[in-house]
Amino acid sequence: MGLGLLALRATRTTSATLTRFSSSSPISRVPTISSFIRTIISTPELQKPEASAATQSDPLPEIHPPRTPLGGARVHFTNPEDAIEVFVDGYPVKIPKGMTVLQACEVAGVDIPRFCYHNRLSIAGNCRMCLVEVEKSPKPVASCAMPALPGMKIKTDTPIAKKAREGVMEFLLMNHPLDCPICDQGGECDLQDQSMAFGSDRGRFTEMKRSVVDKNLGPLVKTVMTRCIQCTRCVRFATEIAGTEDLGMLGRGSGEEIGTYVEKLMTSELSGNVIDICPVGALTSKPFAFKARNWELKGTESIDVTDAVGSNIRIDSRGPEVMRILPRLNEDINEEWISDKTRFCYDGLKRQRLNDPMIRGPDGRFMSVGWREALALVAEVVLKVKPKEIVGVAGKLSDAESMMALKDFLNKLGSNNVMCEGNGVNPQADLRSGYLLNSTISGLEKADVFLLVGTQPRTEAPMVNARIRKAVRATQAKVGYIGPPADINYDHQHLGTGPETLLEIAKGTHPFCASLLAAKNPSIVVGAGVFEREDKDAIFSAVETIAKNVKAIRPNWNGLNVLLLNAAQAASLDLGLVPESENCIESAKFLYLMGADDTELDKLPNEAFVVYQGHHGDRSVYRANVILPASAFSEKEGTYENTEGCVQQTLPAVPTVGDARDDWKIVRALSEVAGTPLPYDTLGSIRARIRTVAPNLLHVEEKELPIFNAELKPEVSQKMSKTPFGKAVENFYMTDSITRASKIMAQCSASLLASK
Amino acid sequence: MFAPAARLASKRLLEIRQIFRQSPSQTSRSFSTALNYHIDSPDNNPNTPWDFSDTNKEKVKDILSHYPSNYKQSAVIPLLDLAQQQHGGWLTVSAMNAVAKIIEVAPIRVFEVATFYSMFNRAKVGTYHLLVCGTTPCMIRGSREIEDALLKHLGVKRGEVTKDGMFSVGEMECMGSCVNAPMITVADYSKGSEGYTYNYYEDVTPKRVVEIVEMLRRGEIPKVGTQNPQRIMSGPEGGNTTLLGEPKPPPCRDLDAC
Ligand code: SF4
Ligand code: FES
Ligand code: FES
Repeated sequence: MGLGLLALRATRTTSATLTRFSSSSPISRVPTISSFIRTIISTPELQKPEASAATQSDPLPEIHPPRTPLGGARVHFTNPEDAIEVFVDGYPVKIPKGMTVLQACEVAGVDIPRFCYHNRLSIAGNCRMCLVEVEKSPKPVASCAMPALPGMKIKTDTPIAKKAREGVMEFLLMNHPLDCPICDQGGECDLQDQSMAFGSDRGRFTEMKRSVVDKNLGPLVKTVMTRCIQCTRCVRFATEIAGTEDLGMLGRGSGEEIGTYVEKLMTSELSGNVIDICPVGALTSKPFAFKARNWELKGTESIDVTDAVGSNIRIDSRGPEVMRILPRLNEDINEEWISDKTRFCYDGLKRQRLNDPMIRGPDGRFMSVGWREALALVAEVVLKVKPKEIVGVAGKLSDAESMMALKDFLNKLGSNNVMCEGNGVNPQADLRSGYLLNSTISGLEKADVFLLVGTQPRTEAPMVNARIRKAVRATQAKVGYIGPPADINYDHQHLGTGPETLLEIAKGTHPFCASLLAAKNPSIVVGAGVFEREDKDAIFSAVETIAKNVKAIRPNWNGLNVLLLNAAQAASLDLGLVPESENCIESAKFLYLMGADDTELDKLPNEAFVVYQGHHGDRSVYRANVILPASAFSEKEGTYENTEGCVQQTLPAVPTVGDARDDWKIVRALSEVAGTPLPYDTLGSIRARIRTVAPNLLHVEEKELPIFNAELKPEVSQKMSKTPFGKAVENFYMTDSITRASKIMAQCSASLLASK
Repeated sequence: MFAPAARLASKRLLEIRQIFRQSPSQTSRSFSTALNYHIDSPDNNPNTPWDFSDTNKEKVKDILSHYPSNYKQSAVIPLLDLAQQQHGGWLTVSAMNAVAKIIEVAPIRVFEVATFYSMFNRAKVGTYHLLVCGTTPCMIRGSREIEDALLKHLGVKRGEVTKDGMFSVGEMECMGSCVNAPMITVADYSKGSEGYTYNYYEDVTPKRVVEIVEMLRRGEIPKVGTQNPQRIMSGPEGGNTTLLGEPKPPPCRDLDAC
């Protein structure tokens, strides 16, 4: 968006032909823009805007081609009476009252250059790059901080506006090192782009440029503070979104610098986002430093699988290597942020990979074999065991297709013991409302009282936590928390550590009940860690009682939520991956682990034969007899359902490693060798099979909300134990096989968790 | 055709600019007493305990009472000032942390304020902190010489503290006494926050500032205000020169005559 439009804006005033040219043929203008900038910028009339204004004012008939709002600018009228009309370059737009001039321009399809303004942060108005001319105002106004008033005539492409921006740009570049060739932001730098439109080819500043000491913000964010233009986006991000008030603007005048004063690492789990919001190269990614230029990278739009949120990401790859991961905008899920785990786990994709099928020899060592041999061995063993002793476990990162194939395969063999990690031994898969975040992630913003039961969203799902924080900041929502002492980055009341507190609330004797009862949209969030507890049914029935008491479930609001932990969980429950017997692993003779690394294998009989199918040589490999290499989420097309029931798909960004195959293909091949071929052999046909089991899994990018509610559940007579709730995620940075293989994540856990 | 002339002119301009440019030791003139970031030292690190003294706790309460309870953070400047007086003229990290705790904000918000204002000293200063006004009127009237005299007499550089810990010299901006320029200010931390004074000594000369320093060293308090015996406060030297007689009443229309 930036450069092209800005350049166009910059050039528009000078010649009427160009204006006509640019508005007439949108297709042909792209390749010619750069040549136009060059020629136009060197025209002398641009140096004297007043003179060019005089020549420009020949009476061209004003034509206003319809314009499209920019950058996803949405106009939402809460109250139609609040609509006001303003004119942007003569083009009338209707906007709601309270919008700023800059937002009005966006709605009118005019891109205003900016550095400090960010639509998710508070307005600072300190860079002055967004100056525009407003009729009857004596001087240019900072559009980002100026509320639009009815009838305002905003001019964005007049010589005055242009001169103002050029002046600001010259000041910004005055103390900027201009080291683009050695700067990692080069190519995606706002300052670079905008200086192409408003910068001069020489500066008038002949003094010494200032220099600023670099700060150590930890293993993720690299700082080159001399490049900073003091926009304070990072400070506002840390304060408002991340909730770790560590960064600040120190000093004043030309001595101003961003820092923490007392040296301190940025311990937020969202710290990586400051890399994206920093408009210059002051804050860049440390692991990505000097690795690649952004124009060499191929972007693949995909989905994050390190937690159950399913953040939208773009995987940037060069050749066979994932170079970095960036967030994609999705207002309903991750807005435009992602957690540090999502962003920096990618180096785990290159380490500890399994690339050949392997068989454990009699000496206990693995040897590489061909697929044929490996599958033959597995098929031979599996046919010898009794169907009841066959158990399949799908891992945290499994996609819906492979789980479907695994379930079908084991069913064909006669076993019904298929499960998914993290769901506990006896999951409730009948009512979707019993395991989904029913309020939806964006819906959490509407809640006014939260009750967090045995969940620490900050480590389990940072993006959900960011939403809760947003609600707390915006509407002073109250938060009550039941669980072990935890580091929660918003105002909250720690109500207790165990189920007793929950019971008190259910009975209505706890003081927090008053807030819950008074709430308009109470939201109860139960952590998926509870699934692993023996008394989970009792806990859920207590939670349901609370939900009923406080009227959390109404036709237009469902405030009874489960926050899942893993990417595979929701889809696995939709597909009905529920083991037949609770202790099937204890009696298993044949265990098929499909990427399952966090399954307790201590109780597994010694003579059991373990097949590990997965992409990383992680925990379970130590016990495996056969290893079948599979592809990771960055290498395959797979369907994932996130914790709110939104189905999304990953796309392959890079080729698979070695001889690895997609999970479902391996299962399919194995079924053939075992003589019970599965009836599908393309992704399309396996999805057709999924349609018969869980049709919602095919409605990609859609949320299928549960229809039936918990009231339909039978009464439970389980006793609640006294064991306090535990922490579901001990180490935020290492939760699955990819993050455990990642060196960056290891550094994070070493330095950040230690310094907390 | 004009090019050579223009080049010559610009060269000349550069030369002139060079002359005006400050000597290298002064290129980065920072009025603040410390860097914009903190470096741990034995007498200044986040682990040393610090708290307001009991008498000052009363003052803290009083200061807080001036602000609505949900805007406690407004008290940051008076509290930092109090902390600085109590701590011998400078603020340690722990002192700033203590203030942050009282006003219930993140410490960084207090650091921001303390680094912004150059009158908050974040490095040790002398018991008597001498501040020389360096703004134009004082500069024209010889503040550079005043500073040089002080530095030479005390044998320190700007921002340094004398070995006995008695004196330090700093610079500040116009204090509004330009009519009596040049001037220095003495921040006296010898008696803690109770007896803290911040006195102006105006119309100083290089000789007079040295005398003032020596008097302070002996524990005397020099006469505050103008040091020129010929002047009374901001009045002209040698007595008034204008407005000597009874002022004439303004010419009024004789209303009765109309
Ligand atoms: S570091 Fe980047 S985001 Fe932060 S103030 Fe400087 S330019 Fe802005
Ligand atoms: S964007 Fe408006 S002042 Fe920075
Ligand atoms: S210039 Fe020194 S007091 Fe005003």
